[in-house]
Amino acid sequence: MFKIIQKTIATGIVTTKYPGEPAQISERFRGRPSFDFEKWKDARDAAEVCPTGAIFVCDEGDSRRVTVDYGLCVFCGLCAEASADQAVRITQEFELASADRRNLILTAEYSLNTDRTHRELRAVHRRLGDVEADVESVGQKAREKIQKLLRRSLAIREVDAGSCNGCELEIVALNNPVYDLERFGIQFVASPRHADMLLVTGPVTRNMELALLKTYQAMPEPKVVVAVGACGISGGIFGKNYASLGGVDNVMPVDVYIPGCPPRPQALLHGILLAVGRLREKLFPERHGS
Amino acid sequence: MSAFFEALQQKFGAQIQSISAEREEEIYVLFGDPDIRALAEYLRSAVEARLVTVFAEDRRSAEGVFFNYYVFERKGDTRYLIVRAPVRADHPEFPSLSAELPAVNWQEREIQDWFGLKADGHPNPRRVALHDNWPDVHPLCKDFPLETVLPPFEGERHIYRPALGEGVFQVPVGPVHAGTIEPGHFNFAVAGEPILYLQLRMFYTHKGTEKLFEKLPIPKAVFLAESISGDSSFSHGTAFCQAVERAAQMEVPLRALVMRTILLELERICNHVADIGAIATDVGFVVANAHASRLKEMLVSLNEQLTGNRLLRGMVCVGGVRRGWDIVQLASLRAAVDAFASEFQDLVALIDSSESTRDRLEQTGVLRPEKAKDLGVVGVAGRASGMDLDVRRDHPYAAYGRYSFRVPVYQVGDVIHRMQVRVDEVNESLGILRSAADDSLHGDFRAQVPPIPADRCALSAVEGWRGEIIHWIRTGPANHLERCKIKDPSLNNWPALVEAVQGNIIADFPVINKSFNLSYSGTDR
Repeated sequence: MFKIIQKTIATGIVTTKYPGEPAQISERFRGRPSFDFEKWKDARDAAEVCPTGAIFVCDEGDSRRVTVDYGLCVFCGLCAEASADQAVRITQEFELASADRRNLILTAEYSLNTDRTHRELRAVHRRLGDVEADVESVGQKAREKIQKLLRRSLAIREVDAGSCNGCELEIVALNNPVYDLERFGIQFVASPRHADMLLVTGPVTRNMELALLKTYQAMPEPKVVVAVGACGISGGIFGKNYASLGGVDNVMPVDVYIPGCPPRPQALLHGILLAVGRLREKLFPERHGS
Repeated sequence: MSAFFEALQQKFGAQIQSISAEREEEIYVLFGDPDIRALAEYLRSAVEARLVTVFAEDRRSAEGVFFNYYVFERKGDTRYLIVRAPVRADHPEFPSLSAELPAVNWQEREIQDWFGLKADGHPNPRRVALHDNWPDVHPLCKDFPLETVLPPFEGERHIYRPALGEGVFQVPVGPVHAGTIEPGHFNFAVAGEPILYLQLRMFYTHKGTEKLFEKLPIPKAVFLAESISGDSSFSHGTAFCQAVERAAQMEVPLRALVMRTILLELERICNHVADIGAIATDVGFVVANAHASRLKEMLVSLNEQLTGNRLLRGMVCVGGVRRGWDIVQLASLRAAVDAFASEFQDLVALIDSSESTRDRLEQTGVLRPEKAKDLGVVGVAGRASGMDLDVRRDHPYAAYGRYSFRVPVYQVGDVIHRMQVRVDEVNESLGILRSAADDSLHGDFRAQVPPIPADRCALSAVEGWRGEIIHWIRTGPANHLERCKIKDPSLNNWPALVEAVQGNIIADFPVINKSFNLSYSGTDR
């Protein structure tokens, strides 16, 4: 017993200050790829190498529509390596969670030269609050909002609907002394009947569909569903096939999407806290005007 | 050709159509008959060969038949012996080996499910990979499209063996478990507290991975390999890239091999330390887990510093690795190894000092060596039960031939010895890491990949942290694959869990399960 206490004291406090303060992460971390649409001379190279089709090019006559879907992105960095014009840059942004699937998608329209490179950027379709918005200020606002919201507890039921286990590793890490989720009054529970939030990973497999739906149905109202990782959002690299139904929202309504492959613990925390706000809206609709 | 092959030729000459060495490490024996029982028996008894894996391939369009592949290895021989036996399309049956070699029980049933080939004489021929309620389809056949949309499943549900007798009852658990873990169904038959037997139902996370490999171009398929089993991303990624490199007959630069070795060992100690903590948690020693998970976080941060990803993803590629390391990164590697080593000794001492923890782990979940051998148990679980196997030593790959390390083997096979194997291996890995960090880390880290010819077969093995990972590929035209077989070590080890829990109290199941810590996704694919 003495040894245990001695070791505990010698170790000190290791818990991160995030989200109160910005996360301390390695400068090598590959976060959101950022696109300089003005500068981008040819999207085909990046689309060609993207393993999940997160960058998608559709040509019609002499115009091109480029779609970037952060809900499919596995953050491999190949797009930045492939783009000779350096229009694609890997940033360290990870607070990408969104309540709206459409906010994870950007589209740009170009006119084309005869060699199929971009001549002119015609339009970039952005949405209010999309991932391209000023991440710093959005992150700061979310942190402030979250601090206010966290005066209550939250019970999470996690279901692996077919993941590779990568997302589970990071979710489990939330309980380690470094991320220590319980400091926010958030805990993982064994029974869906005790849960406010369903945290789902993986493409939903045909074999897990029923178990996932039953877990959802067993939860009391109000409840929120969070889809974790590229697979949970869109099916990721697995997509839809004879054994996979793709993203979670093909099976049930989803309140918050957390991109990543897997999302790092801070990104999960950010998404979970965002979903706390959604839960609050469901609990007190009159205060939120819906 | 060695005496071994002469003996083989003499004994089975009538059936052996050819013996060819595609590469030094792989010898292919083309058999004329789907019945390889006599050959398997000879290899097992006369040369003590181990059947590593069994799988099939649909070659109807190219060769008019299916083929079964039986991969053998024997002690002291770095080559794999791959027996290729045809199964006629108009008579889709092959004699089962499961009665004599229980190790292939699930694998033969997988062949039944994936290809519709009947394992004749199988003691338990029920479906294993496709659940009972699936329609009559065989997804790995070439005439079954990946994108097929199957109608809602209306077939009958799985019927478990009944638990009979006074006071005997069943405890169904899963597929959604109490903790944050992968899905699978455990059906316990218990008499009071002791477990009489356990029935497993896996493949809940089956997502068409092997079929999907046949569709993706090779560079993208590397990312799929990294998603076979999340905690073994780098091992599976490396196994896949190695297979492609062998098919392409290309050399990988030494620097890349050394870097791969370092990352493979980091993946090993990351998972081992987490498991040691988790085993402690499951018997109530939560403080040890707090330290263990803190140590794991140290390593995961190092992973990120070295590869840009906490799970080591996006680093390995065909031809080497995608990025080199600068002096700063190498310094953080050395510093983290030293810091981790000292903390790890403290953790082990902490667990050792807890009598009550040791008491719960000793003689719990015993897997006897003879059972382990029958079931072909590999990796950590195997080495705790007398299976002296380690791909790093037996079939050296990456830069393992350059470093010396010991392979810990115990005979007791209980939870504490599965933990002890992990402790020993972490210490050995730290030695490998130190040698490798001072090894040749300059020069090219990635070689140009030549055009990969179609119809090349290659086998690749990696000792993942859990055990032996096998990838076997056949290349196709235009940088695609015709077939990619993946065998995760978990596949052989699940049935061993069933053996290990028998007679234990149900409250000890979590710690026994944790001491194996098998991959569901790697099994289900």
